[in-house]
Amino acid sequence: MKSYVTPEYIVERDQDRCIRCKVCVNQCSYDTHYYDEEDDILHSRNENCVNCQRCATFCPTQAITIRENPNHYRSNANWTQEAITSIKKQAETGGVVLTGMGCDKPNLTYWDRLLLNASQVTNPSIDPLREAMELRTYIGSKPDKLELEMEEGNGVVLKTKLAPQLQLETPIMFSAMSYGSISLNVHKSLARAASEAGTFYNTGEGGLEKSLYKYGDHVIVQVASGRFGVHPDYLDAGAAIEIKIGQGAKPGIGGHLPGEKVSEEISRTRMIPLGTDALSPAPQHDIYSIEDLRQLIYALKEATDYTKPVFVKIAAVHNSAAIASGIVRAGADAVVLDGVRGGTGAAPRIIRDNVGIPIEMALAAVDQRLRDEGIRNQASVIAAGGIKSSADVLKAIALGADAVYIATAALVSLGCTVCQKCYTGKCPWGIATTDLWLTKRINPDIGAKRLAGLLRGWSLEIMEMMGGMGINAIESVRGNRLLLRGVGLTDKELEILGVRMVGE
Amino acid sequence: MVLEDAINNARKNLILKKNVALIDATGMYYRDLNSLLRSLDGNGIEKIEICNVYGQRYIGTDLDDHLSIDIYGTPGNDLGAFMKGVNITVHGNVQDGCGNTMDHGRIVVHGRAGDLVGHSMRGGKIFIRDDAGYRVGIHMKEYLGKRPAIVIGGTAQDFLGEYMAGGVLVVLGTNMKDGSCHDARFVGTGMHGGTMYIRGGVRHLGEEVEVKELNEADYRILGSLVDEFCSYYGLDAEKILESKFSKLVPVSSRPYGNLYAY
Repeated sequence: MKSYVTPEYIVERDQDRCIRCKVCVNQCSYDTHYYDEEDDILHSRNENCVNCQRCATFCPTQAITIRENPNHYRSNANWTQEAITSIKKQAETGGVVLTGMGCDKPNLTYWDRLLLNASQVTNPSIDPLREAMELRTYIGSKPDKLELEMEEGNGVVLKTKLAPQLQLETPIMFSAMSYGSISLNVHKSLARAASEAGTFYNTGEGGLEKSLYKYGDHVIVQVASGRFGVHPDYLDAGAAIEIKIGQGAKPGIGGHLPGEKVSEEISRTRMIPLGTDALSPAPQHDIYSIEDLRQLIYALKEATDYTKPVFVKIAAVHNSAAIASGIVRAGADAVVLDGVRGGTGAAPRIIRDNVGIPIEMALAAVDQRLRDEGIRNQASVIAAGGIKSSADVLKAIALGADAVYIATAALVSLGCTVCQKCYTGKCPWGIATTDLWLTKRINPDIGAKRLAGLLRGWSLEIMEMMGGMGINAIESVRGNRLLLRGVGLTDKELEILGVRMVGE
Repeated sequence: MVLEDAINNARKNLILKKNVALIDATGMYYRDLNSLLRSLDGNGIEKIEICNVYGQRYIGTDLDDHLSIDIYGTPGNDLGAFMKGVNITVHGNVQDGCGNTMDHGRIVVHGRAGDLVGHSMRGGKIFIRDDAGYRVGIHMKEYLGKRPAIVIGGTAQDFLGEYMAGGVLVVLGTNMKDGSCHDARFVGTGMHGGTMYIRGGVRHLGEEVEVKELNEADYRILGSLVDEFCSYYGLDAEKILESKFSKLVPVSSRPYGNLYAY
């Protein structure tokens, strides 16, 4: 069948600059560029281009420019290019349209309509370059009260037995991305960077590769519906365990890692047969209620002798606040909320862009609900899904998060350009692929440095913003919504966010 | 500390005889019972007998692989969850989630089982003498040398072997009339690996599964599992194997490969 789908991008090559080095041919994993020996010229197959900018970045003479195809259909606010193209694709394949990364639609982000405060005259700001700033964060259940006793010779001694805690040197962790959806070299980079920066990386649901067990103190191991790689040693290896109920990019549905990506290494780490689809069912088949969730939380606590915090991750949906309350009462040490803009290696686009709610609203509602019920101390709250700068981190903490998870931002620091083609498994940047020819493009030494650089940069910025507000400990930002003001928001939006209007 | 007090308290119900520990679990909270089991683990104890078990959960989780545990009564949900090699014999029925995500070891039940027997199990064996509930062997899987096995003596309910990705699942129907059918519906829905051997008819299959005749290799695998099953319950393996079995295998290892538009 002749495809009616037109190329999204046009590759332009400045033939005066092109030196026929063929770097573009070698760098492109979508077979976009080819060399015509007879005419000694390079050509492009526009229909293959995904605009990942790999060729343009590596072209030594900057001869390549990629433009959006100017052959648009007639402009129409309803019948957009995307809507028309999707229908054509589906008519031709009869399938579900896949995509990668987070929702790319406008108007679903609130961070940019929230503004932070700063000190002027009445409460002096602090210069973080000269004064101590505290970003250290503990994730885990906190007691209702502390019992202290005076002991002779020891002074004041804490009598309350504390639940297991994760100690973060900065309130930013790397969110779940499975080995299989991303490469081992990316996992190595994340594990090393987390260890160096004193934070944590999450395995996702694909298991923990043997060579990464040594980073266990900085690893959160995930238990999802497919139970891939979930093994007593795996549970013991991590510093915390995360039960994945849902993901912001695809709330309510499971995932399929296609059989061709289940290589020998993936098979070993996921502990599944070679070459078969790795199917993650939509629900966890032993969880159909809060009581069942409690059963799995405590099964995992029993399996690790109550030494590790157990997180429960849900997608932010309409009733997140009530669900989060149930999760805390079920015994979770942390609730992870993943908003509608959260990324993915592969999801139906219709789900990614239409299901779930923005993290800002879910976070504010959950924090408030847990406070109202007097159980906010019983679990930490971790916000994820669409955090793209240090300001977003600080705003999330002011809205009530203990820490945030980042994933897309981490991949961008490794070279990702958010082309949204992760589901093809052919990532030219060597990130969302298991093709050994491509995965070499990420060097874990350099990758770890880039990730650590990002964490350091954001941490410095957070300290600057805190200092500007006259605050020297992140604890004082947490849930402190007076530090925020809204702009361009309705009364109802401000009410749910628990934030005042600018000027108020 | 509270927990230590509880263990000490629990120890009052403990009798040690050389390498055998006897526990009376009457009124014991699951957490205290499991802490007590962990405290016995690695202290030269080889066998533990627990009597008066009434619904205590997670027995067998996080214990060493050389132990054998005899349970008298009804252990609670998630018996042997994430288990790495204990041999458990239950003199009674088991509740839901028996052998959940089990890695290694053996569970022999002299009675019935609830739902979700062997959910996502990757290794080891589970034998249930009588019937089992819904979703037996859901998402069980195999890899490299590990090939889990579940044998149900009676019948099992809907979604038997759902999402099955590996291993062997046997349903013997020993308590059914000759020529009758298992009631289970949606048997093998989403199955993409592994094998089921079923004695007696199957009323309703999932779309992703097909029925085949057993070959010689199948009879070897089935024979050895039925022999082992019968050895625990004093049954006649030959008589069971005389009947016709059907073999259920997945149509494809990629049941949902054609769902997407690229």
